[in-house]
Amino acid sequence: MQLSDTQRIVDHNARPLGAASRLLRRLHLDGPLLIGLLLIISFGLVVLYSAVGANMQLWVGQCMRLGVALIAMVIIAQLPPSFMRRWTPWGYLLGLGLLVLVLTGGEVGKGAQRWLDLGVRFQPSEIMKLAVPMMAAWYLHERTLPPRFSQLLVLGVIIVLPTVLIARQPDLGTALLIGVSGILVVLLAGLSFRLILAFGLAAVPGAFILWNFMKDYQRQRVLTLLDPDSDPLGAGYNIIQSKIAIGSGGLFGKGWTNGSQAQLEFLPERNTDFIFAVMGEELGLLGLLSLLVLYVFIVGRGLHIAIQAGDSFSRLVAGSISLTFFVYVFVNTAMVTGLVPVVGVPLPLVSFGGTSMVTLLVGFGILMSIQTHRKLLPQ
Amino acid sequence: MSRGAETKAQSERRFTWRVTIVAGLLLMAAGSLLARAVYLQVLNKDFLNQQADARHLRTEKISAHRGSITDRNGEPLAISSPVDSVWANPSELAPAIDNVSKLADALGVDADVLVRRITRSMGKQFVYLKRHLSPEQAANVMSLKLPGVNVQREYRRYYPAGEVVGHIVGFTDIDDEGQEGLELAYNHWLTGESGAKRVLKDRLGRSIENVESIRPPRHGRDLRSSIDLRVQYIAYRELKSAIQQHHAESGSIVVLDVKTGEVLAMVNQPTYNPNDRSQYSAERYRNRAITDIFEPGSSIKPLVVAAALESGRFDATSSVDTSPGYVVVGPKKIEDHHNLGRISLGTILARSSNVGVTKVAMALEPEQLWQTMSNFGLGSLTESGFPGESAGMLTHFSNWQMISQATLAYGYGVSVTPLQLAQAYATIGNHGLSEPTSLIALDQEPPHKRIISAKTADAVEAMLQGVVRPGGTGTKAKIPGYKVAGKTGTAWKFAAGGYSKDKYISIFAGLVPASSPRLAVVVVIDEPSGDLYYGSDVAAPVFANVMTESLRLMALPPDDLPESGSGRIMQAMSK
Repeated sequence: MQLSDTQRIVDHNARPLGAASRLLRRLHLDGPLLIGLLLIISFGLVVLYSAVGANMQLWVGQCMRLGVALIAMVIIAQLPPSFMRRWTPWGYLLGLGLLVLVLTGGEVGKGAQRWLDLGVRFQPSEIMKLAVPMMAAWYLHERTLPPRFSQLLVLGVIIVLPTVLIARQPDLGTALLIGVSGILVVLLAGLSFRLILAFGLAAVPGAFILWNFMKDYQRQRVLTLLDPDSDPLGAGYNIIQSKIAIGSGGLFGKGWTNGSQAQLEFLPERNTDFIFAVMGEELGLLGLLSLLVLYVFIVGRGLHIAIQAGDSFSRLVAGSISLTFFVYVFVNTAMVTGLVPVVGVPLPLVSFGGTSMVTLLVGFGILMSIQTHRKLLPQ
Repeated sequence: MSRGAETKAQSERRFTWRVTIVAGLLLMAAGSLLARAVYLQVLNKDFLNQQADARHLRTEKISAHRGSITDRNGEPLAISSPVDSVWANPSELAPAIDNVSKLADALGVDADVLVRRITRSMGKQFVYLKRHLSPEQAANVMSLKLPGVNVQREYRRYYPAGEVVGHIVGFTDIDDEGQEGLELAYNHWLTGESGAKRVLKDRLGRSIENVESIRPPRHGRDLRSSIDLRVQYIAYRELKSAIQQHHAESGSIVVLDVKTGEVLAMVNQPTYNPNDRSQYSAERYRNRAITDIFEPGSSIKPLVVAAALESGRFDATSSVDTSPGYVVVGPKKIEDHHNLGRISLGTILARSSNVGVTKVAMALEPEQLWQTMSNFGLGSLTESGFPGESAGMLTHFSNWQMISQATLAYGYGVSVTPLQLAQAYATIGNHGLSEPTSLIALDQEPPHKRIISAKTADAVEAMLQGVVRPGGTGTKAKIPGYKVAGKTGTAWKFAAGGYSKDKYISIFAGLVPASSPRLAVVVVIDEPSGDLYYGSDVAAPVFANVMTESLRLMALPPDDLPESGSGRIMQAMSK
């Protein structure tokens, strides 16, 4: 193995380096990942221009936020994974502290306490999107895998504590996604398939018991989520309009900025959560397919980086970031196309908004750091 | 170390394997998304496309404007101008209720009133906020961009001639439906048929763009009335000043074209301005010349004389002895002012002898007298088609008592409208032919009906010229340069309990130019309460004033120039 590692590095160095590659290496950037990201971001900006109703002010604002997020990505890429690993526990604890602060003295917006004003206004839950999987990976990286049951309990606390705090804000959607990102680390670390199966089977009677404990109005809410047509003007409105938007787009779409559902404001949240529907209506199946291919390419590249990573911390972190990214994509697109109930998750790298954009690109900065600092790691 | 390396290699393999499985799941998820997209965009496309159209394509009404009404020369009497009515969907507007003061300012209404109107209509989808705003004002309101506030194009009626033609033209209600006058009578003709177009609407129901026209609007047809606005205005002015001068209750003037039956002018006092809805009361907007009846008094006498000539028992040279200045019929004594002795039929009319005309009437068969009166149009509608027209009253001869025949002769116990009387006089002026009256300008002469022989008609017309000559009762109806035929009338008003002794109706009915009549005119002044109340003093001068000016405006050639004067003109023309 030692030999093959050396071989790999030698091969790598032996490739003739063009000027562009040299620049990328010096900046610790991964070429394929960068190209994939830039393609999606450009594509997203084109769609966003139409989705904000050709409002130049909003659109330029989004471009600026994207610039900031890309700079953040480049800066993070310079930090070696070992450095990040050392600082992970502190980042995690800082995040937990801020979450407690939010619950005790955060700003209230739209009926939920999510924001904290410490010079800059931000949501501490964004830190946790990265800190939770990194903390789980940090806990596991020195231990033999697969983890033992007692270690699973510790991991459970690491994951559940911030999840519960965020859920209390309340922000159930983000809480669940952060939980998933932690669980993905545990799965990748090697949770036995028997245990996975046991958890899965336990979920079925669990859901049944939960259903019996629910009040009537709560059951009604679940049923509406499953069948939007039963409440077309209330909870089902968004998803019905969205399905109509996508479906009426057909193979090639109605043309950029020509979507009647999107431009005439029948489609709700058209520049944030439902931007995928705008794309489906205006650019058709072809547009959706192109975007999906780009997403799959980025996730694939992320997983490739994870497999190639030199240590288990990097592997777990890279794997979790890539897969969580895909979960975001899937939850949003499945929601917009009516496959799963509506949960407020934006479409990564495309939806309007700055905070989540920074978090996502910082995540990709970590992936790039893992990929480009590989040969410097001690073998 | 080697164990550690092996473990590490194992864990690396395990990791790779797991990633592979996860990547497989990932591809499955992506595949399911793709399948979903294909399901929506390929298999369900038609249905969902139709659903999208159903959301943003709407059929919208294109308002058609109402046809205009003009006088016979094309002068506008009623025109439609575009206005915008602002309406709201209260439940959509409710969230923006804080901006209501701005909305109230733009609409020009009180904010509290507006809030009350909106909250009261909470359960409805539609409430007018303000109707008939100018297009600029409506644009101001719409620039506030409040949700649920919409504008609807309508047309508002405007009457350029105001109260001068108010009674003829009538008016429409706020929905542009005719309510009175020609607006009502010809509502169907004037009303357009709204068109339809397909428009693109956004979620708030605002029209974004026109997609296609489904059916163009058919605008209402224009209506050319028979009124000559110039004559109408003169009649309006003269009647108004006469009413003021004699402190009269009300009055009417009707000018008919003798040859066609067209109404050239028809005015009443009191009147109203159709542009001002606050003036809408039946007292003011009633077209008395058509809807109100009165007892014609002496103005009916020419019709009695015509009946006498038609009967064959009298001819133009017949005379009647009116001594000793009264006659007793049953319980009633009928008197003249003076004992006129034996007088001709022409003098009976010229001096308006009640005794003479009574004796003439009593010499006729009741049926014969009734038939002639009925043929002249008394007791039946003139077919003007005007809403609310009255037929007047003529009792059938089988119900007559002896006294009925006598009082009918000098115009009591019978009622007519000013229009009916004008039509009867027009028949005399038209050589015995009756034309249906018309408020619409005619392109050709209407079919006429013979009422009396031309010989009778011309004889009566000649006698009526005597009324205006010196010695007659109608000298104040004289018009310089024209021969006038006419008859005065003064009737006591019938009130509860019998005939009033101090309330009169003054009447003058005339034909000009008398040598070949073109215009038949009736002037009725109700309850003149000054010193004068005889038709000869009150109504006759009004007739003269109106006709002096109208004849010149209508360029009707004078027929009564002094011989020398006309000779000079003839000489001048021959040179």
